Order: sequence, then structure tokens, then C-alpha cells
Amino acid sequence: MLEIKNLHAKIEDKPILKGINLTVKPGEIHAIMGPNGSGKSTLSQVIAGRDSYEVTEGDILFNGESILEMEPEERAWVGLFMAFQYPVEIPGVSNAYFLRTALNAKRKNLGLPELDAMEFMKYIKEKMTSIGLDPSMLSRAVNEGFSGGEKKRNEIFQMAVLEPKIGILDETDSGLDIDALKIVSEGVNMLKNSERSFVLVTHYQRILNYITPDYVHVLMNGKIVKSGGKELALQLEQEGYAPIEKALMATV
Amino acid sequence: MSTEILESYTQREYEWGFVSDIEEDALPPGLNEEVIKAISKKKEEPEWMCEWRLNAYKKWQELQEPTWHNVHYPKVDFQDIVYYSAPKQKPKLNSLDEADPELVRTFEKLGIPIEEQKALAGVAVDAVFDSVSVATTFKEKLHEVGVIFCPISEAIRDYPELVKKYIGSVVPVTDNFYASLNSAVFTDGTFVYIPKGVRCPMELSTYFRINAAKTGQFERTLIVADEDSYVSYLEGCTAPMRDENQLHAAVVELVAMKGATIKYSTVQNWYPGDKDGKGGIYNFVTKRGKCDDNAKITWTQVETGSAITWKYPSVILKGDNSIGEFYSVALTSGKQQADTGTKMIHIGKNTRSTIVSKGISAINGQNTYRGQVKVNAGADNARNYSQCDSMLMGDRCGAHTFPYIDVKNKSATVEHEASTSKIGEDQIFYFRQRGISAEDAVNMIVSGFCKEVFKELPMEFAVEAQKLLAVSLEGSVG
Ligand SMILES: Nc1ncnc2c1ncn2[C@@H]1O[C@H](COP(=O)(O)OP(=O)(O)OP(=O)(O)O)[C@@H](O)[C@H]1O
Ligand SMILES: [Mg+2]
Repeated sequence: MLEIKNLHAKIEDKPILKGINLTVKPGEIHAIMGPNGSGKSTLSQVIAGRDSYEVTEGDILFNGESILEMEPEERAWVGLFMAFQYPVEIPGVSNAYFLRTALNAKRKNLGLPELDAMEFMKYIKEKMTSIGLDPSMLSRAVNEGFSGGEKKRNEIFQMAVLEPKIGILDETDSGLDIDALKIVSEGVNMLKNSERSFVLVTHYQRILNYITPDYVHVLMNGKIVKSGGKELALQLEQEGYAPIEKALMATV
Repeated sequence: MSTEILESYTQREYEWGFVSDIEEDALPPGLNEEVIKAISKKKEEPEWMCEWRLNAYKKWQELQEPTWHNVHYPKVDFQDIVYYSAPKQKPKLNSLDEADPELVRTFEKLGIPIEEQKALAGVAVDAVFDSVSVATTFKEKLHEVGVIFCPISEAIRDYPELVKKYIGSVVPVTDNFYASLNSAVFTDGTFVYIPKGVRCPMELSTYFRINAAKTGQFERTLIVADEDSYVSYLEGCTAPMRDENQLHAAVVELVAMKGATIKYSTVQNWYPGDKDGKGGIYNFVTKRGKCDDNAKITWTQVETGSAITWKYPSVILKGDNSIGEFYSVALTSGKQQADTGTKMIHIGKNTRSTIVSKGISAINGQNTYRGQVKVNAGADNARNYSQCDSMLMGDRCGAHTFPYIDVKNKSATVEHEASTSKIGEDQIFYFRQRGISAEDAVNMIVSGFCKEVFKELPMEFAVEAQKLLAVSLEGSVG
């Protein structure tokens, strides 16, 4: 589904990703952990196509085809979704209008009929209850005045509406209270199926109590330096990144 | 929308159908007393009107062209302007294929019906409507309730006592350079009178008339709403208008008597000039309303056209408990410059005013907000709330805000809020990640920014205004 090969990327001449290799198969859940500033958000955004980052080497394949030349919206249409670490506020644009525009843009490009306001409301009603989102959020401006947790929950709600093939969740679990964490996790578990994959960027192993990853990777200084099963997350929680760093130094 | 277009279309037929036949001549360029007398004569005006014009001309000669505003343009040679000519006969085209393709493309974007497109572009229009009967129904409907809605030149002849009483009562001939000039030489415009206690049964609109590209350089509009009456007036067009006239100096006067309400909405999209700013229109307008007790005047405007705009719709809150409102969106793109804002003059007790100004600058556009809130000594408990938001798109455009606040009464409350924002790359990326193109993202962000103003416009107008912004912003996303 998603294949990242020797990916190098820089921003303003500063190399940040230094040779990432990662393969995500359909239905798999991968967790990416790593210290602050190691490049996790950069990786997420490069996959999503943010053009402030320049890919200098390597390739990203989605369903076997390179997506490097695709615009961010084109990547969205083929089924790539990224939940932002810091969702932006869009004053004056209601959540409902924003989402309907997004959904219809996607449907249009997939050759599906667009949904009118009534059809759309019907469609999202159940999505809303499953994510535990208050209906009043729909008429509010996108993320404006939302609490940190509400913003994260809204990201998951958008994902549920857009039904992507792969969801990249950049620290969606940060800043959530225990109930919200449960709701977000349930949202992911509900969307998870044998076709749909997830990449969870996280600092905490606690979300992995609710969502069971198939793999855990450690990203340090722009490279994946260690991969393992979910026990790796537990080990990191207890020992921190120092032992891995030490081991790396020793090999150099 | 369609019935409204129909109505205004037919109204145009009614207003203009006769003009081109009898008035094909033009006066030579230049301005002097003889020219003014000639204008008055051609308009078959009564003696007092001619005197009024001549007096304005005298005052104008004593005034200086203002230089305090924040716009820059080459000096206008007032002796080089033709002050009277029959509506310019645009070269008639046989079909839309002969029209400027750029113009046609814009029409299509705006979703303007094909027959209308033809009319706008100067193509002979097929008689698709039974104009006579519709015009009659329209006129009858207004007549039944006693509403007068006609060209101002007709009103001067048919309702001289009304015009004489109110013309210049809100914008005196000495008011400012452009207003004086307008008073001396205006050749067309609109007159509206709503009788006591009458709620005007339809939105009055000059939509089509202005679209017909026959707008005089010096329009004069006078709206009188008698006690406890209501009227909503729409001015302007949502299609780009190409006009050979460079300088436009209009005057609009609103008189709201006790308990009356006037809503005046404008969507202005005159030719802004080419990418280098050449050929655009200079729009120097004086708009002002006066409220008696318990009256209310609301100015709502969406301005996206003209090379240079200089415009401050104002309200004199003379009566107790009167209300003045100003909602504005001004967009400057390319080389456009706008210096706009409002004046709220609080004279009566418990008067209230609200100002919401949204300025959008893109590419090299320069947008200046200039607003004055004045509270006189007698205006106990006057309240004003002003909100001035600017949005910048790009690094070469500018937004400038000059709020002048002058309060002479201690019981007054005056609040001013201002903000400047940029459409962030992060915002656009957020939209794009969700599958929305950058262009649509900008349009949605800008519409969101203007929401508070759009909601003051009549529904159909709001939709048009939104489309218009989108078209005007085209090409401003890098
Ligand atoms: N616009 C930018 N200009 C310069 N450096 C940048 C820019 N964006 C990111 N960086 C740098 O890239 C590095 C990786 O940042 P990134 O946000 O990917 O880290 P992260 O792993 O997501 O960190 P965190 O856990 O704190 O979210 C950091 O050193 C950061 O300062
Ligand atoms: Mg991050």
C-alpha cells in the first residue's frame, strides 16, 4: 500500500529526513515513535505532499505508483489522509461546509455523484455519533476556538467522513484526556479493516493499549533506527531513547 | 434572482429606451457656466435647478482637489472631460463571438445568462421578454403603494417640490470637491420616495441599468424614506463593466425620517485596469445618509472594482435613538488602490453605530480603511462598535488603517477592534490535504473572512458577491 524508499527530504537547505525506508501493507498498523525534532511530522507532511519540504532522494509509492509528482489534493483523492499535529483554525468556514466541499471534491474525482446538503447531513450523522462529536460542532468554524482535544477529535471525525485508504495520525493522542483517548482509539478501531492501514505517530505507549500496532518503529535524527513489535513501545516507555542512542554510537 | 433581473431589465427598457434616439449629440470638452446651462437645458430642467447647479459650480471653483487620501494617480484634467454626451453608443456587435473573450469568460464564471451576457457585451439583445407588460406590472405594483422610483431627471420635472426640498440636504453643494463637481454637472441617477408607513414591496435595484454601460460619470441618487417606511435598495452590478469614462464622481443622499429604515447595498465591480493598472476607473463617491428619531440606515458594500476607490458612506445620526451601520468588503488586487471607510456622526441621544470593515489586499493592492466616529456633546449614551479586519495575500500588497475617534460626551461608549491576518500556507495546505484545491481554499477562506458582511446582503446578492470575489481573486494564489 505505502512504500517509502530511501527517502531524503530537506527544508531550506536543512536535511531532515535522511534515508527512510518503510513499508505499510493493507490492514497494517504502524506506530512511529521518536524524540522531539527527529522528523516525525516532517515525514507525515512529506507523504501528504507539503511543498515547503523538498524531496532530494528516494521515492514514495502508493499502491505501487510514485506519488512524488502528485499535488496534495490528488493524494487526498486517491485515499491518503493525514491528521495534523496542530490543526489550523479557519475562521468563518463552518465545519459542515468544509467537510462537504472536501468530500465532494473527492467524490467528483472518483467519478461519484456529489452529495447535496441534505444527503450529506444524513451521511455524517452516524459518523458523528460514533466519534462522540457534538452536532453543534458542525456549524462552528473549522477548529476555531476548539480545545486541543476537540481539534484532535475533529481530525478523526474528518477521517471517518473521508474514509481514506491510509490514515497518518500525527500525535493525535497528545493532549487528549482519558475519555477522548478512548473515543479516538475506538474511531480508529472502527475504521480499521483488512484494507485500510494506519501510521500512528506518537510519544506515548498508552494509545497502544487501545490500538494494537503490528509494528513499532523508532525514528531518530531522520532515520528509522529500530523496528519491532508492540513490546518495543513498552521498552521505550521504560528506558527512553538513551539505550538506543548508545547502541547507535557504539556502531559508528 | 431571475424575476429581479427581469424586473430591472424591463425597467431599463423603460428608463432608457428613448434616450439614444433623441440625444445623440455631445458638448465639447471643458467646464464653464455655458456648459452647465446647456446640460440643464437639455434635461429640460426648471430654472431653480439650473441656478442650483451654477451655485455648485461657483463653490467648486473655490475648492481644492483633496490630497489627504492614501491613493496615487496622475492628475485629472477637468477641462479635458466631456460633461455631457448622449449615452455612448458602443459599437454594436453581431454575436458574442465578436466580444472580448476575456469578458465572456468572466461572464461564464459568474453564471450570467446568455441573453444578459450579450447585453453587457454590447451585442444586440433579442427581445426575449415581453418587456412592456412586465414593466407595467412592476410600475403598477409600486404605484399602488405610492412609491416613486424613477430617473432623477424625470423626478426633477415631475416631482420638483420633493427634489427641491431634499437634494443637497444631506450632501451640501459645498461638501467636498467631487460632490460640488457632481452637483454642477450630474446628468443622471435615481430618485426614490417611499411614503409614510409604507414598506416598499420589492427590492429596488439599478442592476441592469448600470450594467448597460451607460452610467454617467456623475451620477446622483436621492432616496427619501418618509416616516416609518422601509426600503432596501441595491446598487451596482456583478458583472465587470468596461467604461471609457475614467473619472466617476457620484453623490448618493439618503433621507430617513422618523422611524424609517433604509438599507443600501452596493456591489461594485468596475474595470480595475489591466495588470499595470492602466485604463481603470477612478471612483470618487460621496455617500451620506441622515437619520431622524428612531430611524436606521445600513450601508453594505462589496467593492472589488475600479483602479482607485475613494469612498466613505456615512450616517448622520441626528435623531434620538437612531442607528447607523456600515458593513464593507473592499478587495484590492493587481495595482488597485482603495481608500474607503465610513463616518458616523452621533448627534442625537442613545444613537448607535456599528462598523464592520473587511479589507483584502492581494498582489500589489493597497487597501486603506479610514473611519471616523464622532460623538457630539449632546449625544448622551451614544454607542459605537467598530471592527476593522485586514487580510493580506502576498508580500507586496498593503493594508492601512486610520481610525479617527472624536468623543465630546462622557457617557458615550466607543469600541474599536482591529486585526490583520495573512492567508497562511499552513491553512491552504490543510484544505489541500483534505482534497480541496488551493484556489477553492483561498475562496473559502476569503468568503469566511467576509461572512459578517455577506450576511447583511440580500440573499441573491450575497451569492453573486461571493462569486465575484472568487473571480477577482483569480491568479492571486501563487
Ligand atoms: N520550516 C522549518 N524550518 C526549519 N527547520 C524546520 C522547519 N520545519 C521543521 N524543521 C526542523 O525539522 C526537524 C524535525 O521537525 P519535526 O516537526 O518533523 O519533528 P517531530 O519529530 O515531529 O517533533 P515533535 O515530536 O516535537 O513533534 C526539527 O529540528 C525542526 O526544527
Ligand atoms: Mg511532530
